[in-house]
Amino acid sequence: MTNSTTSDLGLGAVFWITLKRDLLLAFRRRNDLVSPLVFFLMVATLFPLGVSPEPKFLSEVAAGVVWVAALLSTLLSMDGLFRTDFDDGSLEQMLLSPQPLALLVVAKICAHWMISGLPLTIMSPLLAVMLFLPDGAMGALVVTLLIGTPTLSLIGAIGAGLTVGLRKGGVLITLLVLPLYIPVLIFGTGAVQAAASGLPINGYLAILGAILALGVVLAPIAVAAALRISVSN
Amino acid sequence: MSTPLLEAKQLFCERDERVLFEGLDFALNAGEVLQVEGPNGSGKTTLLRILSGLSSAFEGDIFFQGEPVSEVRDNFLQSLLYFGHLPGVKATLTPEENLRWYAALHPETDTMRERILEALENVGLFGYEDVPCHSLSAGQNRRVSLARLYLSHAPLWILDEPFTAIDKKGVAAKEALIEKHAAAGGSVILTTHHELAIKNLRQVNLGRIETAELREQPND
Amino acid sequence: MAKSWKMPKWFYQLGSPRWFYDISSRLLPWFAVAAVLLLVLGAAWGLAFAPPDYQQGNSFRIIYIHVPAAVLAQSCYMLMAVAGAISLIWKMKVADMVAKSCAPIGATIAILALATGAIWGKPTWGAWWVWDARLTSMLILLFLYIGVYTLHSAIDNEVNAGQAGAVLSLVGLVNIPIIKYSVEWWNTLHQPATFTITEKPKMVPEMWVPLLVMVIGFYCFFAVALMLRTRTEILQREKRSSWVQQLVEGK
Repeated sequence: MTNSTTSDLGLGAVFWITLKRDLLLAFRRRNDLVSPLVFFLMVATLFPLGVSPEPKFLSEVAAGVVWVAALLSTLLSMDGLFRTDFDDGSLEQMLLSPQPLALLVVAKICAHWMISGLPLTIMSPLLAVMLFLPDGAMGALVVTLLIGTPTLSLIGAIGAGLTVGLRKGGVLITLLVLPLYIPVLIFGTGAVQAAASGLPINGYLAILGAILALGVVLAPIAVAAALRISVSN
Repeated sequence: MSTPLLEAKQLFCERDERVLFEGLDFALNAGEVLQVEGPNGSGKTTLLRILSGLSSAFEGDIFFQGEPVSEVRDNFLQSLLYFGHLPGVKATLTPEENLRWYAALHPETDTMRERILEALENVGLFGYEDVPCHSLSAGQNRRVSLARLYLSHAPLWILDEPFTAIDKKGVAAKEALIEKHAAAGGSVILTTHHELAIKNLRQVNLGRIETAELREQPND
Repeated sequence: MAKSWKMPKWFYQLGSPRWFYDISSRLLPWFAVAAVLLLVLGAAWGLAFAPPDYQQGNSFRIIYIHVPAAVLAQSCYMLMAVAGAISLIWKMKVADMVAKSCAPIGATIAILALATGAIWGKPTWGAWWVWDARLTSMLILLFLYIGVYTLHSAIDNEVNAGQAGAVLSLVGLVNIPIIKYSVEWWNTLHQPATFTITEKPKMVPEMWVPLLVMVIGFYCFFAVALMLRTRTEILQREKRSSWVQQLVEGK
């Protein structure tokens, strides 16, 4: 039955097509791309306003503030990861595809990171400057966010998969996911603070990398299971 | 007699403490068209979702080519085209992009541009291939999804209300398509409110069980 | 979902709600009596007869509640995740109900552990809350419980609710060691060389034997609470089956 005009694609090709599709979808709705970034900026602005604009205080909390803002901003965009696919039936077709669901999920998460985590990372030096982060810690901040935000996307996707069938998913997902974000937050900010005091940060990066590796292996399986449960509802 | 393509044995499903069907047996052979009948709420959609594997809220066995479907899942999914209540069409993509995406997920789907345009023409969307789907009507979106029938080589079609949002002439064309699919050895299982003019149509009725159940527990 | 592996027959029997109901009604009285005896004995012994701690005096005695609660809160989460995994893989109804019952019990026990920790903190640190590693981990564990419980109650369909809860608790189970490790590490970084009271004091047998009694008592109490909840859940879900109806009519 197979002939050359049908689409018998390898796994790599399916991954790329899914990734490109999600990026295209995001690009066609550009306004949605900007809001998590603005949110990121706003949260960071609230701290000097709410606590103190004093440079010494700010430079101490800068790492934590940027990380917490990145965490919340990722969560904000997480809810939409599967929601439109669920609403229009694309998710059903994904589940009924002979292609491995975990692979499609990884591609979608990858696309999500490229439109949320990556821009946040790129934007983070701006916030760091506003919050007087010591110069020596700037590189550490960017690198930890670069390794840490993919983990945030992976873990968040589990929450998104579990709540996609629910009307009030948006609030629920924060409850489910935030506690799981804590280790990433601790090691991410830890590394930046260490760098600020001139200590080496290789160990932190290794741990963040290990958590990311664990996430890449396990999260897609959990997300796939979660999606099957949500769709069968 | 050869093994049926799809066979259900002793299916039981209850929803919200109401038995939708129980002891349901049927077999679908290659070249057959099976219509699931029953009043609204009798579980037709649920049955199709169970058969396609989307829902696992049932008891009983489903066999694909004589094997339990859970054991030949990949093979089963390659042979399946599912058309559900939701069209599976992305509003921000054009019909052509949507069909290409579907083809990426489901091998055994034609991807040549001429074939895609032809399929869109067949569902009355000629000239719409580059229009984003959000500017199409709900019915047109369903037709984008229906265009898959012209592109897919999957032998087993599971179609939930495929004829809504299609005019009379369109229905006749789809009926012809289904007959052609069956004549080529494919199988179709579908629900519809239309009177079907298809030869050798077989039917499964969920209605009888349903009404009996209703009589037993009024106002429940 | 995962392929089903064949298991011995007793395993499936364990999954029958009716069987669980019968066996638990026989076990309940024993566990209830054991729980009461052990808790009364342990509490009296620990609170009145065990020698005071040489550093903390009498305030250390709260460990007789705090430590068993903390230990139990963690094992309860493990049980919840394992039961969830069993229900996911073998579609065992009872495992699902056990997992569901674990969440509120576990959350309550975690709150108890946190409250006793706070009460302990007041005389020792002079503050109700200190960001101590163990207390912080317990707080995060409580968050995990709340997540599972909320997810459960947000999904109407009880089969899906059970499966979703199981996936989440398994994800949590994988995360717990990472969380514990990260919190401990964070704690040493931010509070270097302070004296941590929640670390077990060097205990003489007169101190730890009553503690052991309390821990076992807590486990018995947990078994009782879990069985009661699961039995209610069974009756609710199986209310249309003939054996439950006979049971109700027979009374």
